[in-house]
Amino acid sequence: MNERGILERLFWRVGALLVIGYALLPVAWILALSLKPAAALGDGRFLPRAPSLEHYRAIFADAQFPAALLNSLGIAALATLASVLLGMLAAYAIVRLRFRGRSLVLGAALAIAMFPPVAVIGPLFELWRGIGLYDTWPGLILPYMTFTLPLAIWTLAAYFREIPWDLDQAARVDGATPLQAFRYVIAPLAAPGVFTAAILVFIFAWNDFLFAAALTSTNAARTVPAAIAFFTGSSRFELPTGSIAAASVVVTVPVTLLVLVFQRRIVAGLTAGAVKG
Amino acid sequence: MTTRRDPAEERLGWLLCTPAVLAMLLVTAYPIAYAVWLSLFRYDLRFPDERVFVGLANYASVLTSEVWWGALFNTLTITLASVALELVLGLALALVMHRVLFLRRTLRASVLVPYAIITVVAALAWKFAFDPVTGFVNPWFGTERAWLTERWSAFLVIILTEVWKTTPFMALLLLAGLTLVPRELLEAARVDGASAWQRFRRIQLPLLRPTLLVALLFRTLDAFRIFDTVFVQTRGAQGTETVSLIGYQTLVTRLNLGLGSAVSVLIFLGVLAIAAVFVKGLGASLSREGEAR
Repeated sequence: MNERGILERLFWRVGALLVIGYALLPVAWILALSLKPAAALGDGRFLPRAPSLEHYRAIFADAQFPAALLNSLGIAALATLASVLLGMLAAYAIVRLRFRGRSLVLGAALAIAMFPPVAVIGPLFELWRGIGLYDTWPGLILPYMTFTLPLAIWTLAAYFREIPWDLDQAARVDGATPLQAFRYVIAPLAAPGVFTAAILVFIFAWNDFLFAAALTSTNAARTVPAAIAFFTGSSRFELPTGSIAAASVVVTVPVTLLVLVFQRRIVAGLTAGAVKG
Repeated sequence: MTTRRDPAEERLGWLLCTPAVLAMLLVTAYPIAYAVWLSLFRYDLRFPDERVFVGLANYASVLTSEVWWGALFNTLTITLASVALELVLGLALALVMHRVLFLRRTLRASVLVPYAIITVVAALAWKFAFDPVTGFVNPWFGTERAWLTERWSAFLVIILTEVWKTTPFMALLLLAGLTLVPRELLEAARVDGASAWQRFRRIQLPLLRPTLLVALLFRTLDAFRIFDTVFVQTRGAQGTETVSLIGYQTLVTRLNLGLGSAVSVLIFLGVLAIAAVFVKGLGASLSREGEAR
């Protein structure tokens, strides 16, 4: 290999290392911070000198964080279930059936994807207080389901378009009942798409802060992002940095693992709509 | 094909779409209509019995307030700066991921990490990093600055956080676009003596154009709605308020539904305007492509 080729390869390798550092630096930082004992938080170093788990013990000893964790998990999971179910029905209709208003549904979904959530929090705040949904699980599940429907419909439609639906007919000809044809032929083909849509929707609901901050007020429904943002320390004047860092690590780990394990699916799902236009 | 319609199929189609459409109407269309209605009243939730119809007075007071224009300026500054940086950085990241075989899996996995992290957590991580007491930025760079207590350095931290969090999304979209560029085309250009820069500028970039516009549209709209990062890092102090933050504070903190709804409607119009500009650009680029074929 000539000198230029080696230099070029070196250039791209350094680039790759820089990219990895760029992506992981803040994560390493918050992890390091969460392991520093309270007295060492202000030592100006990156890594903890004597790692300690005191902040993790503190957040789980308090009632607020475990409650928020449970709310986040439950609300995000139920919103995902609802959104993917409704999205599946709509995406199936869009891909498989010819009916007026098909493009209307897709257009509406696109419009909502661009919709500013802050424009509806005022009315929702008042409505929810009127009908008793303020500070409840359904009060957050409903907006999450709606705002993730576009994502679910577009992702599912992109996957459903690739399914060879005629296989269903072939199975029927071979003597399978409609249910069997669905169960053994179509469902396994559709599963990866459904799964991808579910992960993307879950991440969206898990990440939201605006609705959680506006529509909840207590441990009854306050999710993790809102709980962390409004964390109060033992004294009013001190930001509980260590507890916040520990809580951040706890909520970051599961989703990061999910993303890393299903890396390929997520990348395919994220880019499905945009590239095929 | 399109003229012959089966009424049963038509009915089933609507039946299957109804739940999704209903949900979307219920939680977005109805509230935004209600917001338009509320914005015409003087309506403060602390004094709910004193609701008075005031016409466009709320809009007049928003549009004549310095706070609104300041917030709009801040929002546009953050949007322009972060989207421009994300575009350049995202393109660089996409090229690296496209070219490199070394550590490929680790590379692609780590790029997803910022995407997976909750925005509030990312904002806090960067806030602590720049904090003069707990942070590592000052010792590393030998500065002694309280970054989030001055306006422009606070903007810098906010923009950095946004860019860090969302560049991977941009990069992944652009990477998907890059893989669509035929390899033979690049090889042929290389044989003909085109430099790496020329190959990028004359072949990859033009073919990336549609993907680029879609990515830009989504990111610009997203950045315009910025809320989480600013709320966590400054709560709008030091003149860093954004339009979403003003909407939130008027509605939820001050419980002024009339005025807050006027702000919401104006933000909605802003988003529509941005989308219209992009859709026009996108349409023009697609039709130009059509002519070229």
